[in-house]
Formats: sequence, structure tokens, C-alpha cells
Amino acid sequence: MKKIINDPNQVVTEMLDGVVGAYPGQIKRIPDTNVVTKKDAPVQSKVGIVSGGGSGHEPAHAGYIGKGMLDAAVAGEVFTSPTPDQVFEAIKAVDGGSGVLLVIKNYSGDVMNFEMAAEMAEAEGVDVAQVIVKDDVAIEDRDGRRGVAGTIFVHKIAGAMAETGASLEEVKAVAEKVIANVRSMGVALSPCVMPASGKPSFELGEDEMEVGIGIHGEPGTERKPLASANEIATELTKHVLEDLELSGSDEVAVMVNGLGASPEMELHLVNRKVQGILQEKGVKAYKTFVGEYMTSLEMAGCSVTLLKLDGQLKELLDSPSDAPAFRS
Amino acid sequence: MAFTVEQALNWLTKSNEKIQENKDYLSELDQAIGDGDHGINMARGFDEVVKKLDGNDYKQVADVWKDAAMTLMSKVGGASGPLFGTAFLKMSMAAKGGEAVSYDAFIKALEDGGAGIKQRGKATEGEKTMVDVWSPVVKQLKEAKDFDAGLIRDSSKSAMEATKDIIATKGRAAYLKERSKGHLDPGSVSSYYIFQALSDCIEGEV
Repeated sequence: MKKIINDPNQVVTEMLDGVVGAYPGQIKRIPDTNVVTKKDAPVQSKVGIVSGGGSGHEPAHAGYIGKGMLDAAVAGEVFTSPTPDQVFEAIKAVDGGSGVLLVIKNYSGDVMNFEMAAEMAEAEGVDVAQVIVKDDVAIEDRDGRRGVAGTIFVHKIAGAMAETGASLEEVKAVAEKVIANVRSMGVALSPCVMPASGKPSFELGEDEMEVGIGIHGEPGTERKPLASANEIATELTKHVLEDLELSGSDEVAVMVNGLGASPEMELHLVNRKVQGILQEKGVKAYKTFVGEYMTSLEMAGCSVTLLKLDGQLKELLDSPSDAPAFRS
Repeated sequence: MAFTVEQALNWLTKSNEKIQENKDYLSELDQAIGDGDHGINMARGFDEVVKKLDGNDYKQVADVWKDAAMTLMSKVGGASGPLFGTAFLKMSMAAKGGEAVSYDAFIKALEDGGAGIKQRGKATEGEKTMVDVWSPVVKQLKEAKDFDAGLIRDSSKSAMEATKDIIATKGRAAYLKERSKGHLDPGSVSSYYIFQALSDCIEGEV
């Protein structure tokens, strides 16, 4: 597999330097860490929002740093949760006196490392709350569900809520509301290759696809013959809709997310069908996002995310964000 | 016999050797039912442990384990970092005070270490995790009267091998449900290497 890299062991740190170099007015790096924060962090009297996880999901998570979204992002090694000391650095850097919300994706490593960091912060008197995103309906057991592209909506809405001057409890409550109303499902057409191992994450035949894929190249739940864009969109949307239980007058935010190697053209084909399915059901797509928001290195494939909206969520989704990867 | 500072250092050095030797194998196991980085993460973490321990003048076994724990927690990442880190931290807390550790105290430390893994990972036996090595090994060692290299080697080997037939209900392998059967659990295999290293350094003393 060909990759544009220098040393496989330096990929994460070099990437972070590059990110800071791209947005020097907005983002800074805490020296000797893999933590990047808003340039003006900590913002006094605003709840700080910290997210993060393994690298390889770009633009997640550093791309979501900005006014109206994240205050800090913690980058782990590729597909590996960051360690507690790093998360702790992020918490300290963004605490403006109103506490810090940790947005965690539901993987055992992430949950453990962020929890340990929260314990360290609490021991130092910082108010910390955490929410765990679990939007992947490919996993039947609700508590075991992975956090995938739906996480972006949690960043956006919690970040917007924090800008209003809301308390840590209020910011956490709205993040929980998003988590309760967001569902995703993905499909992969080709595996991804980790820089350090140089090997594909799994084998997939030319005429096969992996349905229910996660964002780490971990195998999905079902392998099927490769289908058309319409069929893929129909299958993913069907599973999402079955779980979300929408009724006729509901409004949703739609995200068709590319996993890294699928051209935007193909994502729009999927979106075309998703919009058609929603129209048929009488569900209104209030706002739609098509592009790469939560990738899995160079995996080909996509995910479909629906977030059921109410007045509060619509308002927070619409409020401004200057994060490089999510401007609104 | 008692477990000395020298043995504690030796144990971690040997653990590192085994993990480095089997780095690719551990990642391959993880590729089958996880995300394929277990060998890379463990190799990075244990290499750092050995670097951290090197040249320090330790007076207590507990201090060796504490430094190992802190290094694993901050260098491994993923799920393995907090789990192995917690295990060594709990062991360190249990062994505090004495220069060398008696067999009873050692077993108590291992028991606390295993309990720490269960608590941190919210896991129990039979879920295809490293608990399936730690719990049966501790249970069998508890019945012995003194350090027994053969017992450590055999109990950890059979426990590790038994993870192959378990259907995972914790960790990333759980997403595969029935498809996780037929594969060894990578965290159990690295735990097995750690127990093999323990067996080796005890055997060296007999």
C-alpha cells in the first residue's frame, strides 16, 4: 500500500503540526502533547468541550475545534485511544471555571482512558462531565454500540449550547439529547491500512462489501455482494429508520459521511436516494451534510446518519461555528 | 522463596522481550477480531517500561510495579494501557512496604491486579478478554504453597488457549458476535506472555 508518510511512528505528531500550520490563527498545540486547543483557550466562564480518540478519522477531531464547537481535541495513535495524561492536559487547558464536558465515543479503550482522566481532573477540583456517543445501529445491543459519525452532531450542538453560557449540566443534557436521537450505519467497499503495520485491516473481495462497518477497519456485522448506490442507501437508511422510529411530521438532520476513499460524487448518489426515502416517508430533511466528517483512513465506503430534531436542536445546529471542518 | 526487586525487574524485561518478539503475531490476532494494533501498542508500551526502569535503584518491588503501571497507562493507549496499567498499579498497592514479596503477598497482589482489570474494564469471566487468563491463573496459583514456574506456565497457556472457543461479549470483538469464535483473544495472549515471562524468571531462580 502506498502512503504519503515519513516515519510511520511520527504520523500523528507530524499531522498535528500540519493542522496547526493550516489554522495558526485558530488552533494551537500544547507543547510536548498530542493535544490541540482553540487559540484563545480557556474561554472564561464557558463550559469547555473536549473530544478526541484515535487518529485516522480526520477531520475528526482537531478539525472541529472552533468557536461554537470544540475547545480541545486529543489525538491518540492511529485507531488507539489517547492516554489519560493527555486527556487530563486537555481538560486543564480548556477549563475556564465553568467545567468541562468530555465527548467520548463508545469504545472500551476510549471510555477507560477518558474516565481515568476525569478522575484525575476531579481530584484537582475541576468539574468534569462526560457523555458517551453510541450511534451505530449495526450493533443490536444498545449499550455496546459504537460511536461513529453521529459524534459530529454532538460536538456541534454541545458546542453551540456552551456558547450560550449554559451550565455544565445543561450542556451535558443537550449532548445526551443528541445521543438519544442520533443513529448511524456504515458500509465499507475496501479496507484501510494502518501506517504502522502497513497491512489491510481486513480482506474484502472485489465483488463484496462489509455492511455495518465501524470506523476502525474492524470487520462489520455482515458481508454481502457489492450492491448499487441506491441499494446501499436503502439498506443503511432502513436500519437507521427502524431504530429511530420517526413519524410523518418529524424533521431530521442528515449526514452522508465518506469513510476516506469514496469520491464525493458517490456520496451524493447515496444522498440522492436517502432524500428520496425520507420524502416518501414524509420526513423533512431540515439540513443535510455530505462529505468526509469521520473517516477511517483510506477505507472506501460511507455511513448514513440521521438526527431527529426539535426546536432546541434546530436552533443549536444553525448557530455559528468557525471550526475548519464544520462552518455554519 | 520471596519475590525480589531483581526478579521484578527481570519479569518486566522478559515480558518486553516476548512482546517484541511476538509484536506482529499479536497484531495479526487483533486484526482478525479487533482493529489490528494490539502488538504495536503493547510493544511501544513495554519498550517504554524497560527504558523507565533501566538504571533506577529500586528498594521495593512495589516501586518497580508502580513505575511500570504509570508508564503503561501513559504510553500504551487503547484499552490495554488502562487495563495492564491498572493491574500493575493494584499490584503495587498490595505489595507496598516490603523489600521482597512473600508468595502469599505476591498472590494477593496478583489477585488485586486481576480484580483491577475486571473493575476498570467492567468485564467478568467468559467474555473473551484478558480476565479469562488472569482469573483462572490467579485461582490456580492460590492453591499452591510456593512459586511454581511450571504451574504458572501451564495454567496461563491453557487459559489463553481456551479463549479461542469463547464468543466475545466485551471489547471490539463483541461486534462480531459468533464470528469471534475460533480466534484467540489478543489481550489474553499478551497476558499469557507476561505470565510466561514470570515463569521464566522464577525458573531461573530455582
